[in-house]
Amino acid sequence: MIETEHLGKRYGRVDAVADLNLKVSPGQVLALLGPNGAGKTTTMRMIAGFLLPATGRARVCGHDVVAKPLAARRALGYLPEGAPSYGELSVAEFLTFASRVRGLTGVSGRRRVDEMIERLQLQTVLAQSIETLSKGYRRRVCLAQALLHDPPALILDEPTDGLDPNQQREVHALIRGMARGRAIIVSTHTLGEVRAACNRVAILAGGRLRIEGTPAELERRSRYHHAVSFRAPASALARELLGRLPEVDAVEVDPVDGRVTVFPREGQEIFHVVVKLLDEQRVRVDELQLERGRLEDVFRQVTGDLSDDEAVAA
Amino acid sequence: MSARAEIVDDQRGMAFRGVFLRELHGYLITPVAWLFSVIFLLFAGAFTFYLGAFFERGQADLDPFFQFHPWLYLVLVPALAMRLWAEERRSGTLELLMTLPIRSWQAVLAKFLAAWMYIGCALALTFPMWLTVNYLGQPDNGVILASYIGSFLMAGAFLAISECLSVLTRSQVIAFIVALAVCFLFLLAGDPLVQQPLLALGSNRVADALSDLSLLAHFQAIARGVLDLGDVAYFLLTILFWLAANVLILDARRGG
Repeated sequence: MIETEHLGKRYGRVDAVADLNLKVSPGQVLALLGPNGAGKTTTMRMIAGFLLPATGRARVCGHDVVAKPLAARRALGYLPEGAPSYGELSVAEFLTFASRVRGLTGVSGRRRVDEMIERLQLQTVLAQSIETLSKGYRRRVCLAQALLHDPPALILDEPTDGLDPNQQREVHALIRGMARGRAIIVSTHTLGEVRAACNRVAILAGGRLRIEGTPAELERRSRYHHAVSFRAPASALARELLGRLPEVDAVEVDPVDGRVTVFPREGQEIFHVVVKLLDEQRVRVDELQLERGRLEDVFRQVTGDLSDDEAVAA
Repeated sequence: MSARAEIVDDQRGMAFRGVFLRELHGYLITPVAWLFSVIFLLFAGAFTFYLGAFFERGQADLDPFFQFHPWLYLVLVPALAMRLWAEERRSGTLELLMTLPIRSWQAVLAKFLAAWMYIGCALALTFPMWLTVNYLGQPDNGVILASYIGSFLMAGAFLAISECLSVLTRSQVIAFIVALAVCFLFLLAGDPLVQQPLLALGSNRVADALSDLSLLAHFQAIARGVLDLGDVAYFLLTILFWLAANVLILDARRGG
């Protein structure tokens, strides 16, 4: 369980994070989204105990990160931004160091290290010094460090940054595999990662929580939710007619691929109406789809608000 | 559940030991540390025989050997210590280290002790000097032992100063230069070089207080063979003060 209450941090006159309330229960994987400078890393650093909160509090498995820092840190696995590690050490030496500091010694400690090496496929680079490794390997080495002590809470700051698509998929599978019984926070810039690995989403902008919910709930907020899109080479008249339907809010054509999207008015279901009209007009439809909503769209909506706020403030 | 409880119990002092061993290991695999011991041993020897006129004096003691230690340490200890925190800050590993289950003071102390132990080993490797002087005559081995202890304590003071200043910057070069300057000031605090400008400013009290802080004076007192409690306490307090300052600065940065 990871909780924050009114968590805040200021840098000079700027609120890096303000009045942030988050709660991540075991089994939940929360994707922390937001534009650069939204306060994602600052939030994670406060929960991990690297930065002290200016206001509010954060708890990891019930341990306050300020009052009981060691207990909180023991319960947490943390992958810092950029996945730093001691470059002059070999992978094996670095993991030995991390296991020692975590109090994982003796046979059981060795077994945990071996397990992590296998899980993150580090066998072939064990003896290499970390500074000679590729970015993907370095990230996995630091990830191994975060998972070593089998923590009930996990914070991963951009875990797939710099990984190739295959490695990204592996990390997503790893996160999904660990979700059971663990509270996990993952920050990312890749919205595809949300569907692949997370079951909750929180979007930050300007240090404040803008929206939180399941990916499906957020997609419902998108104007694409329950929109109908189709591809039909000759559909100019049909588009005209679709636009006049009372249930339809707007009809847009993608200038690049010519795909037509029909947006419903608030709360309206338009799938059947659209299909019927296309059928009546004998439009040859190559492909047709009911949209479930786009996170990109919600992201833009929610973080776009910010510039309006700033305009007002200025 | 029992496995997890076991881990927690095991952890008392484990984090400290882990960092201490990693630091020590770092000295064995980085060229800087080897350079430190080689240059220390070479120069300590060369200074003793050439500048110190070890043979020509015709006295069986190690004075010419020990009198150059403060000057060797002045350059070499800041060079050895400059990376202690600056490197962690530059590479981002500071975030990794400070989010492990370890307290700031444990991290500061672990780094200090590992480096101090390494310097101690380099110092111990000068033992042929002691063998030589015993072969040539009958030196007062009590004085030599006291000098070794004094030398080791002085290295510790330089190290604590340098480690503390290393936490202020990401740049190792800046850490080195600032540490060198501050160590120099403390080394010569009782010397006219530092005293006269202060006296000229009319601050007798400051001058007096500062002269008591002179590393050189306290080292020379011990090197004469008098292992006075005051001198030993001076070095230990100096080390403690700078380590405490180091902890405070490290913690203050988390608030910023």
